[in-house]
Amino acid sequence: MSKRFHRSQAPAIQPSEITSETAYLNRRSLLTGLAGMGALGLGLAGCEPASAARDGASAAAKQPAPAATAAAGGVSADGFRTDEPLTPEQIVTSYNNFYEFGLNKGDPAKYADALVTEPWTVQVAGAAGKTGKFDLQALLKDLPVEDRIYRLRCVEAWSMVVPWSGVPLAALLKQFEPAADARYVEFTTLERPSQMRGQRSLFSGIDWPYVEALRLDEAMHPLTLMATGLYGKPLPNQNGAPWRLVVPWKYGFKSGKSIVKIRFTKRQPKNTWQRLAPREYGFYANVNPEVSHPRWSQATERRLPSSLLSPNRMPTLKFNGYGPQVASLYAGMDLGKNF
Amino acid sequence: MTSRGATQIAACLLLALPAVWLLAQIAGELNAPGSRLGADPGEAVTDFLGVWAIRLLLLALAITPLRRLAGWSWLAPLRRTTGLFAFGYVVAHVLSYAGFLKGFDLQGIVGDLTERSYIIAGAVALLALLPLAMTSTRAWQRRLRSRWVQLHRLVFLAMGAALVHLLWLTRDGYGEPLLYLAIFAALVAERLITARRASRQLPQGPRAALS
Repeated sequence: MSKRFHRSQAPAIQPSEITSETAYLNRRSLLTGLAGMGALGLGLAGCEPASAARDGASAAAKQPAPAATAAAGGVSADGFRTDEPLTPEQIVTSYNNFYEFGLNKGDPAKYADALVTEPWTVQVAGAAGKTGKFDLQALLKDLPVEDRIYRLRCVEAWSMVVPWSGVPLAALLKQFEPAADARYVEFTTLERPSQMRGQRSLFSGIDWPYVEALRLDEAMHPLTLMATGLYGKPLPNQNGAPWRLVVPWKYGFKSGKSIVKIRFTKRQPKNTWQRLAPREYGFYANVNPEVSHPRWSQATERRLPSSLLSPNRMPTLKFNGYGPQVASLYAGMDLGKNF
Repeated sequence: MTSRGATQIAACLLLALPAVWLLAQIAGELNAPGSRLGADPGEAVTDFLGVWAIRLLLLALAITPLRRLAGWSWLAPLRRTTGLFAFGYVVAHVLSYAGFLKGFDLQGIVGDLTERSYIIAGAVALLALLPLAMTSTRAWQRRLRSRWVQLHRLVFLAMGAALVHLLWLTRDGYGEPLLYLAIFAALVAERLITARRASRQLPQGPRAALS
């Protein structure tokens, strides 16, 4: 384990600098106490953008409860943190989907050690002023690192609360000077079968590399993060080292891991899951309890850790509880069709 | 004790092993949550029971061909035992789904039954197995006579539906479901070949081979 967390990523982190889980929780309760006061002032006053109210009108009529729970769920007014209990680090780092390392949720933690993340080159392509190959450390050098506590909702109907750190994607993308007509940005995960055993599997239907894209305005939204850290430590390999996308209002699979390519484009790219099962996965993949999925009911979720006697089931919130922040992005869109 | 009784007891112990192992895991899990079955134990228990239900159903279906091909006549009485154990795993699987995954939320279960095709396939398998378990006794066998054999062909429907259920719920990684499907196809093929041979030799009685 220690090897995983202390890869030769300069500058080395002293053990004393690492925030323990309890310290993290203590500091957080202080922060969220403040944030909660803010939320009381803003969230409960019905501060949801008018556009959100409009596009959710028919649905809200059917299901008024989730909107109320969204505020009660503890997401701060800016959306940057939630005061719900964190999913323990041990679970966040040992239970996830990262098919590049295998299909079982324990596989990434078991096999991601093989991945070498240093040096890491990122290719920037498409409709932007500055394209080419960049060294990740050089790219990150001047960008602010921010802490976020986000809900994470997997399309498989389980969810977590995760403390990330990273750079706001908008700040990163602006460096590349996106062209005026760039409307989408596509993120490609590393394809390196020699270190990613899942890519050597004969029985996977995925056409590597893994690609998921966002609309440019989604990518530029203040909530969208390129995470480089988790629980106050460098991002572990199994969670998408050295950096990964985090888009908290979308199902987890939209947030690509171990990103090596960023491409700006005018036309909507085809995503990996969309290509594999177009009836199940749309371009947007916004968390939405009203859009049924053929495999999993999206009405509720099991918040991990879940236990046998109390499965910790809770209603799933539209936009994963980030409606006040992001619903305006989709004003006037039929989210049942654009799922 | 007769050797036949000993075989039955040995078979029961073997067939119960996965369940015993699972119970030990559940006991450990209840003692210390997260210690044995991972972050999402309800899912783990349900998957485990479902996979073993499919494996034991395949095993039950393999007994007749094995008996015929290898000449192991001592296997014959184990077919019912294996089938009943498979049914037990199916029932436990369904209870685990309803309880651990759905919290016995009837509305949610009905929603699954109407919206999710893999759940419908699973329900078909369960419904097809129900009359087989109920008529598994010798008394029912005698009462139904040749109709018993006809009725118990429902096991092929159940097996097919169970495999469709597994294939449809698989998100990616088709190795294991395809392996089971291949075994099922081989077991059906053996029966068809045997039936054809029998019909050549005895024009009036090809049906007996389809048991």
